[in-house]
Amino acid sequence: MADKEYTGVGGYIEHHLTNNVIELVPGNPFWNVHIDSVIYSLVLGVLFLWFFRRVAKKATSGVPGRMQNFIELIVGFVDDQVKDAFKGNSKLVAPLALTIFVWVFLMNFMDLVPVDLLPAAGQQVGINYMKVVPTTDLNITFGLAIGVMILVFYYSIVIKGPLGYAKELVTHPFEAKNPIAIIALAPFNLLLNVVETLAKPISLALRLFGNLYSGELIFLLIAVFTLDMAVTELFTTLGGPLMGIGQFILTFIWAAFHILIITLQAYIFMMLSLVYLNMAHEKHDAH
Amino acid sequence: MSLNVTIIIQILAFLAVCWLTMKYIWPQILGAMEEREKKIADGLAAGDRAEKELSQAQAKVDTLIVDAKDQAIHIKDQASQMATKIKDQAKSDALAEKERQLNAAKAEIEQEANRAKEALRQQVSALAIAGTEQLLSKEVDAQKHAELLDDLIKEI
Repeated sequence: MADKEYTGVGGYIEHHLTNNVIELVPGNPFWNVHIDSVIYSLVLGVLFLWFFRRVAKKATSGVPGRMQNFIELIVGFVDDQVKDAFKGNSKLVAPLALTIFVWVFLMNFMDLVPVDLLPAAGQQVGINYMKVVPTTDLNITFGLAIGVMILVFYYSIVIKGPLGYAKELVTHPFEAKNPIAIIALAPFNLLLNVVETLAKPISLALRLFGNLYSGELIFLLIAVFTLDMAVTELFTTLGGPLMGIGQFILTFIWAAFHILIITLQAYIFMMLSLVYLNMAHEKHDAH
Repeated sequence: MSLNVTIIIQILAFLAVCWLTMKYIWPQILGAMEEREKKIADGLAAGDRAEKELSQAQAKVDTLIVDAKDQAIHIKDQASQMATKIKDQAKSDALAEKERQLNAAKAEIEQEANRAKEALRQQVSALAIAGTEQLLSKEVDAQKHAELLDDLIKEI
């Protein structure tokens, strides 16, 4: 792939949206690893763990320091949301919510790093492809969503029992008292539940991916203003300064707006995960 | 935009990060927060309690002060009564003593006067006898005329 030529606006954007791929099994696309997404995602995950662990180790119930105060603000916020949206035992779910919120936020935050900065730096050391925002990679967003779904299945089975969960899948949402009607409705119930269950991770993953991918694309489109311009052109030509100033203003506006989007998307991902996990805890037999 | 093994790496990473957060981050931070909350609640409760105790103590002190004042007034009254009593006693004692001494002195004076009268009387009678003796030039038997003489003395 490295030998392909990227020219013009289309080439520039395409190049930016191409992952750095390592082929574990050559010829089999499933065994390709998007190593840039994985590395950025892991680095940010470790950054999150390191930063929070540093505070957790020194956490005092006395007067908190500035750093602890900041961390407690986030933890307290997440804890409030968990208490609101989730009624079960939150020993695992609350930390999960914190992880999702902070990690997704950090991954989204990479979108605010100037689009050419890290890829250009990478190219200086011979890395030709680099996508710096992990959440613009479907693999990452689906990874998170499926991770949440694994827990949803786990809790559904643990709370309701394997039989209880299976029963719920075939007897809801259409309920009947008559045994014949129950059997008649079972296929429809199962179909609806399968669709509903599949829709959860897909909506989680695609919502995050779509928002961030489009956001990144708009940053790229704004960056095209001064594409292929020499630095001298910015000052010597008539259009140069206009383009430069225009790009600066648009980038600024979009970045400011994007701060809202990345926070909101991290929050939505967390809240929906909580809602799905809460649904896994609810027993329908009660009513 | 292809789905591949990156998904599986991300799932595992996600679950690992969640697990680490659950193990090493969440309990410590939330524990510290809850402990602080409890401390603050305890502190506030202790403050309330102390305030209540203070007002109780204040009320107790007030009643004690009132009691003490009453007692002081009582003691003062008693003392002044006692003083008056002692003063009166001393006065009456002094008067009685005065009376006694006066009477004793009077009695002594009277006694002394009586004794002087007696002596005078004796001397007068002796003089009378001697005079009579001389007048009569005749010895009067004192023994025989004792009765007579006594009458005489009495008359004097």
